[in-house]
Amino acid sequence: MGEIVVRTEEISKVYSMGEQRVDALKRVSLSVEKGDFVAIMGASGSGKSTFMNIIGCLDVPTSGTYLLEGENVQGFSGSAQAEVRNKKIGFVFQGFNLLARTSAVENVELPLIYGRFPASLRREKALSALALVGLADRAGHTSKQLSGGQQQRVAIARALVNEPAIILADEPTGNLDSITSVEIMAIFQKLNRQGSTIIMVTHEPEIAAFTKRNVVFRDGRVISDTPVARQADAEQARGRM
Amino acid sequence: MIEFLLSLKIALRALRINKMRSFLTMLGIIIGIAAVIAMVAIGSGASKIISDQIASVGSNILLVLPGSRTSGGLRMGHGSTPTLTHDDAKAIAAECPSVSFAAPVVRGAAQVVYGNMNWSTSIMGVTPDYFSVRDWRAVTGRIIGHSDVEGATKNCLIGRTVAENLFGAEDPVGKIVRVKKLPFMVVGVMDGKGRSPQGGDQDDILFVPLTTAQRKLFGSQFPGSVGSIMIQARSEEELSRAQNQVDALLYQRHRIGPGRETDYTVRNLTELLDVAEQSSKAMSLLLGAVASISLIVGGIGIMNIMLVSVTERTREIGIRMAIGAKKQDILLQFLTEAVLLTFIGGIIGMVVGIGGAKLVSVFFDWPTLISFQAIIMAFGFSGAIGVFFGFYPARKAALLNPIDALRYE
Repeated sequence: MGEIVVRTEEISKVYSMGEQRVDALKRVSLSVEKGDFVAIMGASGSGKSTFMNIIGCLDVPTSGTYLLEGENVQGFSGSAQAEVRNKKIGFVFQGFNLLARTSAVENVELPLIYGRFPASLRREKALSALALVGLADRAGHTSKQLSGGQQQRVAIARALVNEPAIILADEPTGNLDSITSVEIMAIFQKLNRQGSTIIMVTHEPEIAAFTKRNVVFRDGRVISDTPVARQADAEQARGRM
Repeated sequence: MIEFLLSLKIALRALRINKMRSFLTMLGIIIGIAAVIAMVAIGSGASKIISDQIASVGSNILLVLPGSRTSGGLRMGHGSTPTLTHDDAKAIAAECPSVSFAAPVVRGAAQVVYGNMNWSTSIMGVTPDYFSVRDWRAVTGRIIGHSDVEGATKNCLIGRTVAENLFGAEDPVGKIVRVKKLPFMVVGVMDGKGRSPQGGDQDDILFVPLTTAQRKLFGSQFPGSVGSIMIQARSEEELSRAQNQVDALLYQRHRIGPGRETDYTVRNLTELLDVAEQSSKAMSLLLGAVASISLIVGGIGIMNIMLVSVTERTREIGIRMAIGAKKQDILLQFLTEAVLLTFIGGIIGMVVGIGGAKLVSVFFDWPTLISFQAIIMAFGFSGAIGVFFGFYPARKAALLNPIDALRYE
C-alpha cells in the first residue's frame, strides 16, 4: 500500500435552513489508500451521507480541501465534476438505481456513453464488466427480469466499467436479504483483491466485518477509525449459509 | 455531447414508454401542422382560381363602357346611354398604336330553340377580333368571320354549355337553331372557358355577328351603337399607354369639351382582379395565422408534458448525473425528446394536412395548391416549437441537483 486515493483535510459542511445552521460535517480529515476497503458507519444524521456525497463529487465542502488522486477537485466546474464522477468514481446505490426498461448491458454501457467511449468498444467493455460480476448470461435482461441481487450486481458492473479510482457504495446491501448481501460482499471482496478501492456505507456490523477498515461517524465527526482485525471471508460465509 | 444517433435512440425509447401520452401530446402538433398545410393549400387554391381567371380574361385587356345619362338629376349608370359605336371601335383599332385589337360587343339574352329543346342563354354580337382579344378558339367548326359581320349573316357560334344543353351528344355544326324566331346556322362550337371572375359560366353563350345582333336581334333606336368595346393592348406594359390613347381618341371623337363629363369609361379589368387576388392572399394569410395558433397551443401541450416527464424521471436524471452525464447531456436528452415529439407530429400532421387538402378539392370541387414552401415552413415551425417549448423543461432537468434527484421518490 501507499498511494493515497482519497484525502480530506478538515472538511466541513454547513447547511443553512432558514435561520437554522446545521453542521453536517465538522473538520473531518480522512485518507484512503489505494486498495483499501472501508466501511463507513454511523446512525442517520451522523454525517456519513454528506461525507460520501463530497467524496463522490456530488457536493462540495463548505471549508477544507478534498483531494482525489492528489487532485483538488472541489474547485471544478459542474461539467468537470461530472467528468470526475464519470472517470474516477463508480457509484453503487442502496436502491440499485438501474434505468428501467433498459437491458443490463445497456445500463453498464451508460458511463461509457457519457465518457464518450467509441461505440465499438462499449459493448465489449460492458460485457466483460458483467462477466466480472457473474452476469454474462443476463446481459439482455431488463431490471424487471432480474432479482434484487442480480440488479445490484449489474449496478456494480456499471460502477466498475470505467475502471474508476474508487467505488462508492451507499448501503449496497440495505435492500437485500442476508444471503444475497453476503454474495454481494463476496463480489466486492473479489474486486478489492483485484485492486479496486472501495468505500462503503453500511450500518450493519456483520457487513462491515467483510471490509478491511471501519470508520464510525457521529454528529459530523469521525469517532473511530479502526482496521478490521480479522476480515471475514464472504465466500466462506456464503458456504456456511 | 453524446452521439446524435444514440440520443435519438434514447429519446425514442422514452417516448415509447408512454405511447398513449406521447401520441396525445403529438396530437396538438399534428392538428396544428395539418391545419396550417391544409389552410394554406386551400388559400393558395383560391389565389390560383383568381390568377387563372386573370389569365383567362387576359392580362392586357381594357374595357370601354358607354357613359351614364343624367335624366332629371338622376344619373343612370354605365351603359344607360348608347354612346359607343362600331366606328369608335374601328377608330380605336386604327389610330391607337398601343392597341392590337378593339372588339365591339353587343349583349343580350334570348331563348334558343333546337328541335324540341330550348335553352335560355346570353347572346353576344361580336366581330372576329373578339376571339383574338379573348384568345378563344372554336373546337369544332369555325368562328365568326369578317364576311359574317359585313353580310350580317344568320350564322352563330355556341359555347360548350349551350351545345351540351341543346344538342347533347349530337354534332351541332351545320344545324339550325332559332333565336327570337329567326333561324341561325351553327358554324362552330367554342372551346371551354370555365368560370368568369364573377362566377358566371362563360361557356353559356351564343355568338352572332355584331351587325346581325344590331339589326336583327336587339334593334336599337341608335343604329350602329354597341354595348361595350373590348380592347387588347399590345402587351401588359403598354396597357396604361393604350388606356390613355383610347381615352384621348374618344374624348376627341365624342367632342367632350373641357370640364364636361365623358360619356364613356375606360376600365382596366386586371385592376379589379388584382384587388380580388390581394384579398384572397390576405385570406390565406389569415387562415394560416389561425392555424398557427393551434400549433402554438400544441407546443404548450408539449411543454406541459415534458415538465411532467422531467418530474417523473427526476431519479433517472439523478442516476445519469451520478454516472457522469453533464448538464448539457441532460439538456440535450430532453430537448431531443421534445423535438422528436414535434417532428414526428409534424410528419403525421403533414400527411394529414395534405390528405385533408386533397379531400377538400375532391368533395368541394375547390382547387388546392400544396406548396413545397408551406411544407418546409411547417417542418421548420414544428422543430422550432419543439426547441422553444422543450427548452424550459429540459433546462429544468439539467439544473437539477444530483443529490436531490437521486433521493427523489
